[in-house]
Amino acid sequence: MRFRHLKFALGVVGVLAFAGAPAVHADEQFFPLQSYRVGPYAAGGTGFFGGFIDYLNLINIRDGGVNGVKLTWDEGETQYEVERGVEVYERLKNRLGVAAWNPLSVGIAYAMIDRITKDKVPLITVNHGRTDSTDGRVFPYVFPLLLNPYSETSGIVNYIASREGGVDRLKDKKIVVLYHGSPYGKETIPIYKLLADKYHFSVEQIEVPHPGNEQQSQWLSIRRAKPDYVVLRGWGVMNPVALKTAQKVGFPADHIIGNVWSNSEEDVIPAGDAAKGYIAITTQASGAEYPVLQEVIKTVYGAGKGNLDDKKRIGSVYHNLGIVNGILNVEAIRIAQAKFGERTLTGDEVRWGFEHLQLNPARVEALGAKGLFHSINVTWDNHEGDGRVTFQQWDGAKWKVVSDWIAPDWASLRPIIEKSAAAYAQEHGITPRTSGDDPVSQ
Amino acid sequence: MFDYQFLIEVLVGGLLSGVMYSLVAIGFVVIYKTSGVLNFAQGAMLLFAALTFVSLVERGVALPLALLATLAIMVALGVAVERTVLRPLVNQPPITLFMATLGLSYVIEGAAQLLWGTQVHGLDIGISDVPLDIVGVFISRFDLFAAAVAGSLVALFALFFRTTRTGLSFRAVADDPFAALAVGLRLPRVWAIVWTVAGIVALVAGLLWGARLGVQFSLSLVVLKALPVLVLGGFDSIAGAIVGGLLIGAIEKLAEVYVGPLVGGGIEAWAGYVVALVFLLVRPSGLFGQKLVERV
Amino acid sequence: MDATSNPRQTLPVIDRILIGIGAVITFGVIPLAGSDYLMDAVLTPFLALALAAVGLNVLTGYAGQVSLGSAAFLAVGAYAAYNLHLRLPELPLLLDLVLAGLVAAAIGIVFGLPSLRLRGFYLAVSTLAAQFFVQWALTKFGWFSNDNPSGVIDAPALTIAGYSFTSAAGRYLFSLAVVTVATILTLLLLQSQTGRNFIAVRDHEIAAKVIGVPLLRTKLLAFGVSSFLIGVAGVLWAFAYLRTVEPAGFNLDRSFQILFIIIIGGLASLRGAFLGAAFIVVFPLILSRLGAALLGGVFDSGVLEMSQRIVIGALIIAFLIAEPRGLIALWDRFRAASAAWTGLRKTFPATDTSRS
Repeated sequence: MRFRHLKFALGVVGVLAFAGAPAVHADEQFFPLQSYRVGPYAAGGTGFFGGFIDYLNLINIRDGGVNGVKLTWDEGETQYEVERGVEVYERLKNRLGVAAWNPLSVGIAYAMIDRITKDKVPLITVNHGRTDSTDGRVFPYVFPLLLNPYSETSGIVNYIASREGGVDRLKDKKIVVLYHGSPYGKETIPIYKLLADKYHFSVEQIEVPHPGNEQQSQWLSIRRAKPDYVVLRGWGVMNPVALKTAQKVGFPADHIIGNVWSNSEEDVIPAGDAAKGYIAITTQASGAEYPVLQEVIKTVYGAGKGNLDDKKRIGSVYHNLGIVNGILNVEAIRIAQAKFGERTLTGDEVRWGFEHLQLNPARVEALGAKGLFHSINVTWDNHEGDGRVTFQQWDGAKWKVVSDWIAPDWASLRPIIEKSAAAYAQEHGITPRTSGDDPVSQ
Repeated sequence: MFDYQFLIEVLVGGLLSGVMYSLVAIGFVVIYKTSGVLNFAQGAMLLFAALTFVSLVERGVALPLALLATLAIMVALGVAVERTVLRPLVNQPPITLFMATLGLSYVIEGAAQLLWGTQVHGLDIGISDVPLDIVGVFISRFDLFAAAVAGSLVALFALFFRTTRTGLSFRAVADDPFAALAVGLRLPRVWAIVWTVAGIVALVAGLLWGARLGVQFSLSLVVLKALPVLVLGGFDSIAGAIVGGLLIGAIEKLAEVYVGPLVGGGIEAWAGYVVALVFLLVRPSGLFGQKLVERV
Repeated sequence: MDATSNPRQTLPVIDRILIGIGAVITFGVIPLAGSDYLMDAVLTPFLALALAAVGLNVLTGYAGQVSLGSAAFLAVGAYAAYNLHLRLPELPLLLDLVLAGLVAAAIGIVFGLPSLRLRGFYLAVSTLAAQFFVQWALTKFGWFSNDNPSGVIDAPALTIAGYSFTSAAGRYLFSLAVVTVATILTLLLLQSQTGRNFIAVRDHEIAAKVIGVPLLRTKLLAFGVSSFLIGVAGVLWAFAYLRTVEPAGFNLDRSFQILFIIIIGGLASLRGAFLGAAFIVVFPLILSRLGAALLGGVFDSGVLEMSQRIVIGALIIAFLIAEPRGLIALWDRFRAASAAWTGLRKTFPATDTSRS
């Protein structure tokens, strides 16, 4: 009698059956979007996916697609939950012409690595994701474009060094890292230690339990430690609370440096005055003054097809990240088309495009994104692509760039990444590729 | 050399944080006391109240007017909940009512975001949080203000319950619902009123917590901070909620600062629960709890 | 419930036939004809959650102890199986599964200790300690995730006696087999003296004590059995369904979800656990698909999602009001009605869903 429920299950099979694939006519390239517009992280989700969709719309309206290949997409809501992300993956993976997956969620990205590798479709984790997936020899389909967590760490330390007047001046300085009590937050603990040993500064790493709405004790400990800088490796509500509590214990905001998940308007606005002077790393500048954003405003929003409800958010950090993510995806397709032909590409062909995604500053300028992001140089074995970072300061109303484009110390991070990737390869029985022309195994 | 000044600072900070927990806990207590419902939607109500207020203000409504409007909406919400959820579920086991409030929290969270959007908002209630320096111990002005608000709220309730007719009937229902019914008190009306009161508490707590965290979805998570307070102080005691909040706040901070480093930190998330648990093993009805709750 | 209140009654012929048909469909037709989406994204999570709900039902429905920490035991099961597999690779996977369940049971008994002194919501809130402590420990100590820098574990392939269940159908069949066996064993346990002790403790603790039911042992056993089943469900969740899990996935929402399943399905009913799981897993999918299909052009997906949240919440309330005893009571009523209509009434055991 336990099996009665199956009638239920069978009954719904019919309803769920229209998950099937509608026929793709003409040449189209499809982006399945595991977006999150509800739940605790909705502000980031609406910004990022809004920007991404805005850029895809721009390409369709202005250029008629990429060399005539129209870009299409479909959204599945995940609420940032892994199993909903997986459900959306299973639902949309059989659509024709899937170009790449862009979940903007560490958890969902992790759960997809096995699946997309088997299905041979690229997985883009711009600005975040699994650090060792930088090693394209082991992770042929995963691309933590522009910045992985280790590079971020190094970029932040390099910025502090530049503020102090060079890496030699880091000696005997004290840095506190305030991290979110999650695997994400803990990921960079060894890297801060490594850099502290290398540059002879001292580092203390303090955990804030999820969700981080109470930080009194942590900031009292910080006050007692009297550090020169506090690095905020936060997430969600933890960020404004950190800034507020810092004010409460009298720690100056301009000596708090936020990481990529602590760098948006949503992280500072709730903190009000306490956020004034706060500095955060970013791979893409905010603001709408860049030509590509002007075109988005004119062409997409002008046609009433803009994705953001609130036009004031055009040019915000997450929106611009979505735009940059759009540029990277579209250019990868363009590069792959140059090799494979101007038609709907397979996921594996798009992977080839990403592995040759080299946009120098001149090309970035031609795309109307000069100043928005610096450059990218992805190769078959370096899936991050050496993105540069910059630092922005919150003036109470908007972010202002306060540094040059800074290069992380990729050379000293690469061996750690390779070691971790090798361990993954061994655990999963993967033979690392030895050249970019190797057929992808598995 | 032990740093006593630091100890005092941690203790004071903890006590003041505890007041914030108490504020949320009180909302649970008023409802539990009269209807035996552990209202998990309290967090959603808090979010809804704060979001409504902030959104009204951002749309240019004057502060007092926005406050009044939000108050009116919370009253309407309280009455509506009594009509649509509580009344049909009367006499159901507590666990069913608990699940109903979970469902209610979905509805309220969804409605709040549908109405006002998912954007995060800052909420400035006009208190600059530059710390007071009292002989080297930093004390937050904002937390002092919050403590004062919580104190006056409790005083107001005490007055209300002791002197007004409605307050008296509230206490009668809390003491013995059957006897209260027998003497002709109208339970539905009392429930509607306590839910309204809980709504007002949610508004106050929502504004204070909103000023601390920003008004956003995570605001509803502050209930998790209130639950150990309830276990410690008793689900049905306002005094317990206050004392429990202070105790949990202080113990949590002391544990994080002094015990945390031994095990790697971040123990705040569960320290409160463990303390409450250990305490309860010794005293099963909590600090001020009246009696054991019947089986669920 | 029919199955438990009439343990000695042999099944009516018609039910045996239905079970036979059900077995053929679940073990034969679905794996052959079902789409990957159906098995990977609908049925496998459904099975894992149903088993977890069976586990929680033993504790809450039968033994009357409320727990809000189910997700913690899912996590314990998942991480225990992962570490057993990693550190003792010579053990067969099925043994890992059972041992992981036992680890979860041990942790469950520890966190069940307060039940000796606490009841009702005090106990329920106390079980939250398990919820937060386990999540903290799994995040804090890298050993549990083999020092993966991101704290995430990658489940190994499901291999039993050299056969690898790597396809969607394979993972589904593996889950189905585990859930079937575990459910049958649970049913047997509930029909034994132990099961009657559970119910006695639930219905009247003092009376149970008077007639000689060992309270301490019975309550802890309920916690142990329940956590064991939830732990095994956690292994399925991690190994057969998601295949990559992180501690954050086992949060309070998951615990509530499992509690929802047993309340909506019907307390003290194993079939209710399955009905409830089907409702909780499938219904939001249908709703979201319908919403997108009907109104997708009119509203953006954010509005649709928010509306769905409201609808789901409202439905839960409406449901509790309409039938507080759960889907299973509706189902039994429907069956009784249809049986009366076809004149087969006497083949069905009387339906008794009252819980004192």
